[in-house]
Amino acid sequence: MTFGLTGVTVEIGGKTAIEAVDLEVEPGAITAVIGADGAGKTTTSRTLVGLLSPTAGTVSRPNRAAIGYQPEAAGTWRDLTVSENLSFVARAHGLAAASARYRELLEVTGLGSAAERLAGELSGGMRQKLAVAMAMLPRPELTVLDEPTTGLDPMSRAEVWRLLARAAGEGTAVLATTSYLNEAERASHVVVLDAGKVLIAGTALSIRGSFRGLLGTTTIRPGEAPAWRRGNQWRVWAPDGPLPQGARRAEPDLEDVVTAAAFARREAS
Amino acid sequence: MTSRLAETSEISKRFVDNLAVDGVSISIRAGEILGLVGANGAGKTTFIRMLLGLLRPDRGQVMLFGEPPTRSTRHRLGYMPQGMGLYEDLTVSQNLDFTARVFGVAPPGLEGDLAGLGDTLVADLPLGLRRRTGFLAALSHRPDLLVLDEPTSGVGPMGRAELWETIHDAADAGAGILVTTHHMDEAEQCDRLVLLSAGRAVASGTVDEILTGQRTIELAPADPAAAMAILDRAGLPVLPTGAMLRLPGVTTASVRAALGGDVSLTESRSTLEEAFMSLAGRV
Repeated sequence: MTFGLTGVTVEIGGKTAIEAVDLEVEPGAITAVIGADGAGKTTTSRTLVGLLSPTAGTVSRPNRAAIGYQPEAAGTWRDLTVSENLSFVARAHGLAAASARYRELLEVTGLGSAAERLAGELSGGMRQKLAVAMAMLPRPELTVLDEPTTGLDPMSRAEVWRLLARAAGEGTAVLATTSYLNEAERASHVVVLDAGKVLIAGTALSIRGSFRGLLGTTTIRPGEAPAWRRGNQWRVWAPDGPLPQGARRAEPDLEDVVTAAAFARREAS
Repeated sequence: MTSRLAETSEISKRFVDNLAVDGVSISIRAGEILGLVGANGAGKTTFIRMLLGLLRPDRGQVMLFGEPPTRSTRHRLGYMPQGMGLYEDLTVSQNLDFTARVFGVAPPGLEGDLAGLGDTLVADLPLGLRRRTGFLAALSHRPDLLVLDEPTSGVGPMGRAELWETIHDAADAGAGILVTTHHMDEAEQCDRLVLLSAGRAVASGTVDEILTGQRTIELAPADPAAAMAILDRAGLPVLPTGAMLRLPGVTTASVRAALGGDVSLTESRSTLEEAFMSLAGRV
């Protein structure tokens, strides 16, 4: 079944952390929740797994034993070895410590040769792969990973996403949060959060297709129209009308679509 | 007066058995934003420390404003570390006053979104405005060369647009800017890039120049997980992308050899991130 949030608002300490958030996490697919620091990514993850209660709205999730959750920048025991970390999770779920599943995960993460190293001695990328492997080990119905790629370089980020794709390939519903917009391309469904609200949602393709109006590039700052820098040029957005004189038509990419949506939201408020 | 604000010629630095930087040459001109892009451990921090004069290269030469780095060249440099170097329990104005006094200059005025926030504690500012404050502090003594470490990381879309406008304005006013990052959206804002991998510069040029000839093969298999396993076993770099698989920097022949000759493949220009992974030699 599909898990997720419907119209969920969460207040923490009298402040609204997320407001009217809808999102779906389907078995066999990855949903990416993308947002800046403070946008509400962690609140969204914690609410989905049941660590926070919504003030309004409904949450759909499997029972606790069928959820794999990795909080931000945590999830491994640094004083245990790679092998001990995995065995501990296995035993906590009533599985054999060194099962075929354990060996399979050591192999797919490339951590086999590091099995006896302390988690605290691993590079950031290897430690994150271990954390993902620990969440995957009991084959949960729903896996929620909060910022599994933050601080990692592009190579390590790609390796973590390959693991997430593998988890989805096993039939798990995967939700991963990230602050990197270009990781949207790796997910089947994307929810962009801004200041606690959904700014834009869909597939990477449908989000690009949702761009309203015309986008142009110019070399000088256009007058009043919403505009943002991209290298030595300006991107100028004409939501309702023709582009300003001198602007050349351009195809919007994800960054442009999200920036335009943020401009539109600011206009509206 | 040279228009080259900073120049390194074949600089290298070794730490015990680790050659952290291996013969890297760059130059930064006035009005230019140069991006130094590399994975964790690629040598970015060691390189910056040599450029700033905080570390002596074992080989090669660093020139800042036409002379080797000294205390006096430090006055013409501005630096914003990733942590921004602000005092969280001081207000915006107190932070800016402090930095300005260190350099013996007048504190900068607060404009735009920062206007009216002078008495706000830095700890109470959203991240985007905190980064703007850090940037103002780094600019307060009107440095000729600015070094910015991941200047927009963690900032929302509006904050990012505003920060890049400010950074480009500083370059347009004649400053040279060096941005170190591993975020591709930041790399795409730079006029030129130098890609570092294992201490060496593996590519340099504009984004277009770096992407020239960098191709990625894309396919949409009926069973992506099974296809990924086969391609993995063949040692090919696979990036799952929604329901598609993308393989940067490989030949169609090698993909067909793994998956069979009748598989449908399309080939397109690599994204900057894919090109970076191919050029750095690992995926």
